[in-house]
This record gives sequence, structure tokens and C-alpha cells, in this order.
Amino acid sequence: MDILPIFSALRRHKITALLVILEVALTCAIVCNAVFLITQRIDRIHMLSGVAEHELIDIQISPISATTDSVPRMNEDLAALRQIPGVTAVASSNQLPLGGSSWNAGIKIARDQKESTLNATTYYGENMLETLGTQLVAGRSLLHDDFYDFDAVVKAGSTSDTKNMPKVAVVTQAMADRLWPGVSPLGKELFMGDNIPITVVGVVAHLVRPSFSDNAVAEYSMAFPIRMAAGRYVIRTAPENRERVLAAALAKLKQLDPKRVVLKKQTWDQVREKFFQNDRAMAGLLLGVCVALLVVTALGIVGLGSFWVAQRRRQIGVRRALGATRRHILRYFQTENFLLATIGIVLGMAMAYGVNLLLMVHYELPRLPMMYLPMGAVVLWLIGQAAVLGPALRAAAVPPVVATRSV
Amino acid sequence: MFGYYLDLALRSLRRNKMLTALMVVAIALGIGASMTTLTVLHVLSGDPLPGKSATLFYPQLDPRDSDGYVPGKMPMEQVTWIDGMNLLKSKRGDRQALMSGGDVPIQPDQSGMDPFFADARFTSADFFPMFNAPFLYGRPWSEAEDNSKARVVVIGRELNAKLYGDKDSTGQVLRMQDTAFRIVGVLDDWRPNPHFYDLNMGNYSDSEQVFVPLSTSRDLRFEHNGSMNCWGKGGSDDDHLETSTCVWLQFWVQLNSPAKAAAYEEYLTHYSQEQKALGRFQRPPNVRLPSLMQWMDINKVVPGDVRLQAFLAFGFLLVCLVNTVGLMLAKFMRRSAELGVRRALGASRRALFAQLLVESGVIGLSGGLGGLLLALLGLWLVRHQPSDYAQLAHLDASMLLITFLLAVGATLLAGLLPAWRACQITPALQLKSN
Repeated sequence: MDILPIFSALRRHKITALLVILEVALTCAIVCNAVFLITQRIDRIHMLSGVAEHELIDIQISPISATTDSVPRMNEDLAALRQIPGVTAVASSNQLPLGGSSWNAGIKIARDQKESTLNATTYYGENMLETLGTQLVAGRSLLHDDFYDFDAVVKAGSTSDTKNMPKVAVVTQAMADRLWPGVSPLGKELFMGDNIPITVVGVVAHLVRPSFSDNAVAEYSMAFPIRMAAGRYVIRTAPENRERVLAAALAKLKQLDPKRVVLKKQTWDQVREKFFQNDRAMAGLLLGVCVALLVVTALGIVGLGSFWVAQRRRQIGVRRALGATRRHILRYFQTENFLLATIGIVLGMAMAYGVNLLLMVHYELPRLPMMYLPMGAVVLWLIGQAAVLGPALRAAAVPPVVATRSV
Repeated sequence: MFGYYLDLALRSLRRNKMLTALMVVAIALGIGASMTTLTVLHVLSGDPLPGKSATLFYPQLDPRDSDGYVPGKMPMEQVTWIDGMNLLKSKRGDRQALMSGGDVPIQPDQSGMDPFFADARFTSADFFPMFNAPFLYGRPWSEAEDNSKARVVVIGRELNAKLYGDKDSTGQVLRMQDTAFRIVGVLDDWRPNPHFYDLNMGNYSDSEQVFVPLSTSRDLRFEHNGSMNCWGKGGSDDDHLETSTCVWLQFWVQLNSPAKAAAYEEYLTHYSQEQKALGRFQRPPNVRLPSLMQWMDINKVVPGDVRLQAFLAFGFLLVCLVNTVGLMLAKFMRRSAELGVRRALGASRRALFAQLLVESGVIGLSGGLGGLLLALLGLWLVRHQPSDYAQLAHLDASMLLITFLLAVGATLLAGLLPAWRACQITPALQLKSN
């Protein structure tokens, strides 16, 4: 197929051709970036949590009156919850993975270090790691003898009494890799505000924070041996027992102390669902825009193609009369569209890159991976060809006799 | 003449229904998407207290120890109890209020109603006049009641409706955490957006329904909520919050003139120097005094996603417009013959141009109408999204006007090039060829 005649024909419709190119380029640039954003969101939605996802229940309960007996209350609650058939583990914690509000601390790896190396979240609660179902990959978990009561620790903190302070901690692999790259973290010391050393005794594979916006720090989590009596209970049970156990647990807690109000009762699946709901909505929206853009572009090509065909009926008739086959005519319009799409795609790739640079500056997005560009190109070529097929077939159907009639 | 052009335009548009529909739908989609996102952006970046916000400021101090000190960094985002109380008592501003969020258990007297927790704000007397909180019944509490840790409460309209059926409940007794409070006032519906005075509660969260003096809340050890940032030996020990090295309170001050604001900033520096001399502060004075809207900017209150959506929608609109330009150009060029006849019969280029612009204007107007409907649909969809700002997404009069101007303006702009191009024909040539 000779493409030179196509070029000379396009030269006579410069503006229209330019508009098609521009439309393809803009669509290419936006769709490449939007698809990249969608995959980012999907990665986030599918983030590893490190916990037994479908086995956890979260209950938050708060007394109506000011109380002083929170620790005995907690022990009684925990003992009762453990008795519920189907319950495999129970813990009283300060926070929950992906649960929203969080407790955090600046972590240093040397005494008298000026600025913190990183900021990590701190999980409290006896038996918490076991209940969550985290996977221990090195060292040991926190043991009963490691634990101190929260109130005692706070009091010790304000008086610098080191005796009643936690001495060990379990950290995540991600946090260990960041603090001590390439070295075993077991036995290493870390420091918080007060220069009192805490020894790392264990490492868990994964444990996500209660909240984060930057995925890179999502797993900077540690567990401290501090007993927490804040009315937040995490219960583990088989997935099919969750509904029944949740109802039984609420009844039991109400029965033990009726002067309490349930603030939260949910399965961890619901917690996770809620945490990523904005990401899911955004991914859906981006997908909608991509589809709408491609449809508009395709319809635009159909519209313009139809006009071109109508305008060149005589020209087509002449070519047919001079011996061009239907296939020739079909190929002509297909090649023309391919050429315009290609120019648009090349321009679009440069624009996609530019848009990505802008997004990197304003939204801390990573660089657009190169693989998105050829993928965008293929999609636009296919859509262009699909859109031009109708008009091109209509062009191919123009009978040679048109050449004689219209002059 | 306009009527005639309009008639011509409608005839021309009817001649090719599919194409007209395509152009209108493309514009409607672009406008609808842009207007939806722009409205959300407009609502979210709005001023929570129009006319008042320029006089409200959020003083920041840096009371931390020298551990981790890096010059030039932002001071703390909240204040300690000691600093908050010092600033409150010094009364250097026209009004000032110290506050924290909280939860309180409410024990209704009404039979059959279970106790429940309500979001609360623990604050001082100036809060209400300073933030223009509207009273439906009663009044705010007084400074004397602040000082005496009085058991008084102001409740929101929603809670009043729930407990007292929207009737004047001032003077009634409300039991919270086993303590009897006297209701002194009921607020009318009030929801400043963003929830500027305490962003820890969520940038666009609902207003609290219970307001209690801060001093009273500490006296009764009410549970406080929000962010707490400690250093040194500070811990979140509830019994020693008054002396701990933790920031957990928000302090707002009203300063009615720029001169007063400048003087207040100077006062904050002096205060920091004085505290350093006393040994409480260790760092060199580091104070800031952002105004309300500046504080919203510093905290990036408008979600990044919303801005991104607006950019995306305008990109989409651009593609739709390019699409329309192309289609209109093709359409106008195809009518060269008809236009040539009109030219030959004496119509000037200007007249042709006007005629074609009317035609593109009709498309713009229909596209704008369609876009408006789509924007209403889009906003309805936004309202059914999970985010805390979702229910705020409503179209107001100014956005309605902007939608329309944008639609018609954009299409007229898109019609300019094709119309101009189509006017350039030589009448003789067109007449000859047919």
C-alpha cells in the first residue's frame, strides 16, 4: 500500500487531521496516567495486612461512669470472652490494624540521637500478636513476664523509674530492614523519647498500621509488652463463627457490666473494607473516566470518518472506476487512521510523561513505568481501527458508477 | 436576523441527528464531569465563617525540649494546658478560646432510652461568640462559670430534638457520666465546613452536639479525643494532663485588625522568651500566627483526590471539546456549497460567521443543559460515596451560573475555528463545482 497519496490527501484537510491527532494524543496521555493511578489504588487495596483477615472481630465498649477498676474489669471480660465456644484467642488492645486512630512513637537507634530515624506505630496488649495471627519469622514473641500495666508504665515514665518500663519489643520485617539493613535485628536496641533502651526480641513478617497515607511506611509497626485496659477487645474465631461469636460476646459483656455502651462491633473484614473505601471509589471513578474518554474518542473518529467518506464519494468512485478494488479502498481508510493514530500516540506519550511529572510533584506519585506507554498505544490503535471500520466499509461500498454520475 | 439563524441552525442540526446527538452528549459529559468535581472542590475549599475568618488566628508555640531541634521547622500544632491557660488568661486578643474534643456518655431521663455516647467539645466561654455559633434557645455559659467549673452544658439542635423534641430545654437537667448538668443553651443547626477549629476530628466532620466548659471536663475526668503529642517525660496519663509535656489543646484567638495581629505575634515571641528564661521552654522562640484560611492551607484540608478529580475532569472536557471542534469543522465544511450560495446571494462573511456561531451556540446550550443534569446526577453519586465530605456536595446558585457560562463559552470557543474556517470559502468556486 502506498502511503504517499494518503499524506497528500491529509494535507488538504490539515486542521481536521490535526484535531484527530490532538484528540488521540490527549486521550493517550490521560488514559495512561489514569490506568497507572488505578493500579496504584488497586495495589493499595490489596495490601498485605499480616493478620488473620477473616477471623477477627473488633469490639469497643465504654463505661458510662468514670471508673477506677479498669484492669480487673478487663481480666474478667477476657476470661468470659475466652469461654465463648469457638473463640480461639482474645486480646485487649489499644488499636487495630487499619482501624483508623493510632498510637505512634519516634524511634531512634542510638542513645542521644538528635532526630528520630522513623515513626512507627505501637501495638499494646497481652496476647495481641497471637490473636491477630501475625507470623513470627525470627526470635520470640512477647511473653507473660515481659508485660507491665499501662498505668504503671505511664507513672514510671513521668518519674524515670526504669524498673516498671517495658524492656523488649517485637518489630516488623519492614521496620527492621529500614533500621538495620542487612543485619539481624535480634538483640538490637531502640530508643524512644527517653533514652531507655528497648531490646528487639522478635520479628514478624507483616503487620500493617492502623492508618497511613504513604504505602512505604505502612508496615512500620511494633508490639510492646504493655497491658491495655481501654475496652477494645480483639477476638479470633473461625470465619463461619464470627456472627455468632460477636453476638455472644456482646451479650456476655453487657451481662458482666450493664453500665456500658458498645461503641464499635465489627468484623475485621468490615474494618478493612472501610479503610480502603475511598481508594475503591477513586479507582472506580478513574475507570469510568477512562472508558468515557475512549468512547468519546472512538465516536469522534466515527463521526469524522463518516464525513470524510461522504466528502470523498466522488474521489472514491473515480478510484473504483480506474480499477481499485473494494479492499484497496478499505485499506486506504484503515491506513489513514493508523497513520493519524500513530502520530497522536507518539505525541500522547510525550504528554503522558509530562502529566506524570506534574503528578509526581503535586501528588508524590512514582514515575510512570515505561510499560504503560506501549499498552496505551495498542489500546488506541485498536480503538482507532474499530472506529474507522464502519466508515471505511461504507467507503468500500461506493460503486464505481458514482464517478460518472456526479460530474 | 437571530431568529432566522436559529431556524437555520435547527434545520441543520436536524439534518444529521446522530452527529448532533454525539456533539451534545460529548459536551454534556465533559461539562457534567467538570461541574461535579468543581462543585466538590468549591464546597470543600470554602470559607467556614465568611466575613469572620480573616479575624481568627491559630497561635503556634514550640514548647519542646532541645531533643531533636532543627531550626526553621514548624512549631507544635496544638498547645499544652499550661500555655493554653496562660494565653487564655492573658486576654491579649479581642476574644479567645481553648478547647479539646471529647466523648461523653449521656444518660437520658426519658424512659426507654438507652445511654449513649455523644461527640463533645470542651471549651471556654468565648467559643460561641467568636465562631458565630447561633443560639436557638438560651445563651452561652459565662467566664465565671468557666472559672467555677460549673456543671453547665450547651447542646446542639439534633440532640435537643432527640431528647426534648425540639422544645426549649434550657434549665433542664442532663445527666452525663453520672453528673447532673444544667442546660443553659441550645444551638441552632451549625456545621462550619471544614471543621476548622479542630482538624483532628476529621476535616469535614459534623459539629459536636455537647459543649461543656473545659475546666469542668477536666474536673470530672471526661474522656478527651483527638491528637496528643508528647516529648520528654510526657505521657498520656489522664490524671496529670495539666502538667504533662504534651500538646493536646487547640487555642484560637480573634484579632480585629492587622495591627492587633502583629502585636499578638510579638506577644507570642515575648511569651516564648519569658518561658525560656523560666526554664520551661528550651528552644529559641519559634512562633507562628496563621489566620484561619492559612491554617486550612497549611493542613492541606482539601483532599488531594478531589483536586486530582478536578484536573481529570477538565482533561476530559478538553478532549470532548477537541472532539466537538473536529466534528463541527467537518460539518461546516460539508456545507460549503450551501454557504457559497448564501455568500453569492449577498450575505457577508460576518453574517455567515454569526449564523455558524448561532449553530454552535445551540449545541453548547443543549450540551450545557445536559451537563447540568449530569452534574446533578454526579453530585448525587458523590453524596452516596463514603467520604466524610460526601453529604456537603450540593450545587449552589453561583456554581449553577458557572456551569452554564462554561458550557456555552466552551462551545462558542469550540465553534469559532470551524466557523471562521468555513467562512473562508470563495463563493464562485463552490457554485461552479455543483
